[in-house]
Amino acid sequence: MTSELVIQDLHVSVSDGEKEVLKGVNLTIRQGEVHALMGPNGSGKSTLSYAIMGHPHYTVTGGDILLDGESILELEPNERARRGLFLAFQYPVAVPGVSMANFLRTAVSNVRGYTDQPAPSNGGGKSGVVGSNLMPMRDFRKELLDKMDEFNVDRSFAKRYLNEGFSGGEKKRAEILQMAMLQPKIAIMDETDSGLDIDALRVVSDGVNKLAGPGLGILLITHYQRILNYVQPDYVHVFYNGRVVISGGAELAHQLESQGYQWVKDEFGEAELVAV
Amino acid sequence: MATTSDREALSGVKEEYQYGFSKPEEYVFKSRRGLDHAVIDQMCDMKNEPDWMREFRHRSLDIFLSKPMPTWGADLSEIDFDNIYYYLRPTEKQGKSWDDIPDSIKDTFDRLGIPEAERNFLAGVGAQYESEVVYHSLQEQWTKLGVIFLDTDSGLREHEDIFKEYFGSVIPPSDNKFAALNSAVWSGGSYVYVPKGVHVDIPLQAYFRINAQNMGQFERTLIIVEEGASVHYVEGCTAPIYASDSLHSAVVEIIVKEGGRCRYTTIQNWSNNVYNLVTKRAIAEAGATMEWIDANLGSKVTMKYPAVYMMGPRAHGEILSIAFAGRDQYLDAGGKVVHGAPNTSSKIISKSISKNGGRASYRGLLKVAKGATGSKSTVVCDALLLDDHSRSDTYPYIEIDEQDVQVGHEASVSKVNEEQLFYLMSRGLGEEEAATMIVSGFIEPMVKELPMEYAVEMNRLIQLQMEGSIG
Repeated sequence: MTSELVIQDLHVSVSDGEKEVLKGVNLTIRQGEVHALMGPNGSGKSTLSYAIMGHPHYTVTGGDILLDGESILELEPNERARRGLFLAFQYPVAVPGVSMANFLRTAVSNVRGYTDQPAPSNGGGKSGVVGSNLMPMRDFRKELLDKMDEFNVDRSFAKRYLNEGFSGGEKKRAEILQMAMLQPKIAIMDETDSGLDIDALRVVSDGVNKLAGPGLGILLITHYQRILNYVQPDYVHVFYNGRVVISGGAELAHQLESQGYQWVKDEFGEAELVAV
Repeated sequence: MATTSDREALSGVKEEYQYGFSKPEEYVFKSRRGLDHAVIDQMCDMKNEPDWMREFRHRSLDIFLSKPMPTWGADLSEIDFDNIYYYLRPTEKQGKSWDDIPDSIKDTFDRLGIPEAERNFLAGVGAQYESEVVYHSLQEQWTKLGVIFLDTDSGLREHEDIFKEYFGSVIPPSDNKFAALNSAVWSGGSYVYVPKGVHVDIPLQAYFRINAQNMGQFERTLIIVEEGASVHYVEGCTAPIYASDSLHSAVVEIIVKEGGRCRYTTIQNWSNNVYNLVTKRAIAEAGATMEWIDANLGSKVTMKYPAVYMMGPRAHGEILSIAFAGRDQYLDAGGKVVHGAPNTSSKIISKSISKNGGRASYRGLLKVAKGATGSKSTVVCDALLLDDHSRSDTYPYIEIDEQDVQVGHEASVSKVNEEQLFYLMSRGLGEEEAATMIVSGFIEPMVKELPMEYAVEMNRLIQLQMEGSIG
């Protein structure tokens, strides 16, 4: 069965205020599809990505998010991950003292269900992370090194602390590596930062092109059309003022590139415009 | 998240204590409660100690009685000195081989995993059950090299000359009230002597254990590292749970001679009713290096500040201190470095974690004496708070009597970061697992300094401490 993520008339507020950021988002992403979501800064694109993954700062006030027909609104972020969702962060945080390898082994073990199994009686798998059954070290190591080579991540990153001291491009590379290891059904990639440098841009687009396929649906959230020079989306959505205002094919992205967002604002704008 | 079988195995642990089992008491001798000169005489008679030690004990008792209780740090007013057994002797004689150990004690050791640890490339095991070390083994090649690793009572009996020269020379009874108490009633602990130029390349390890209710444990450790020699001593402590409070007051004295090297690693995990009041101090002579790695997870109250006195040029001292305080715990830890000679260097790194209303403090002294020119010192204190009702304090004392020195001090306090939690959870980790991973990362700089099996144990202890700490 093809997985699908359905966002239905989604309304979201920031927890500590009354302000509604998402005002009725509708979007459907299926495995095998690449969607680009574009819109001016401040239109709520990042909020959408956080809300899909279940960030505690955002409160869903209306509508629903369905994965394969079931609402995920009540699920913790880790449960959403286990159902096959992935969020590539715009700004991944550093976790000092936690090696990439240790972190990824724990993450993969959770997402692939190893942690649901009782630990073997010989005590294998208790590697210093929480007392749980983990993916066998040998299998994990082989897979990690293979994926590192495939995605041009230097093997030394296995021992480095998660995102600590990583450059912008290295962080993106690490996010793509995580995505490759966790094998999600639907990935949301938050690349809204207008300051994404060309190296980071290539890393993200290469990663998308390598990972895209029948088993993966991608929602690529971006501000600039630039990344779409490297990635061919099946669908393009224009996001504005908390909702999707136009959907179309790749031609829509080119229209945005040549004409900017002004026509969107003219057509769908309200008084409280945020500058591009 | 722990698996179901882990959950079952650990059920009931949560805020309680993993090693909270106790064995029926089986003693050859048990002194009456309370302390006076008659108890000391009785103890000396039982141990058949030389007169100078008897006098030392009596003098120490007088000092103990005359000193007021400390009024800083934790509240110690609930310690009832009259309700404590000061001397217990569990078996008739010292065991050297496993077969000599009584079954009930063996069973306790089994549960603590000592034989297993020994199989895992342990070189020597000194295990303290009550007041005496009952099991001691040391690999033969070290004995040939002249390395001595005994319980302290045997050290006194078998090596009195050198023992007498150093005993009490680093920490005299008058140092503080609890050092005086230990000096009066000490029993057990380890005696280590490493001859000139000998490198003991596998850690010496000792397990300590309190088993009798209301029994104070007053072990005394003396380590002498001769010129150019090196040793790593590891102590791990566990104690079973009792209804009333126990007192643990140890003294550890270390002398590192010229060019020598000593590392002393502690993982302290007393049950949460123990008062752990310990004095640890090392003297580092010219070019010598002394390192304390001191992790405190258990106890009701800990007051412990391992010290390095750098008394020769180019001596180096390092203290890595960790305190993890949970509910009803007050861990006052830290370290002292005293620069008493030119071109000495030191580093203190303190990591404290507080949760469930626990309180962890860093208390440290950096002292540079007049004439200790060219000395350098760095102090870094990081605190991590897991919730809003826990507490962390920093008390850095700095006394510098010399101009030509370099001193750095950094301190930081952080809370477990919501963005870190969300990030890890978005990758499939449960909330508690994510928080545990953040805490493990926080203390990683210390854990990576531990021998492998202790690193594993340390991580398991952190996991246990984190059980049930979320939500």
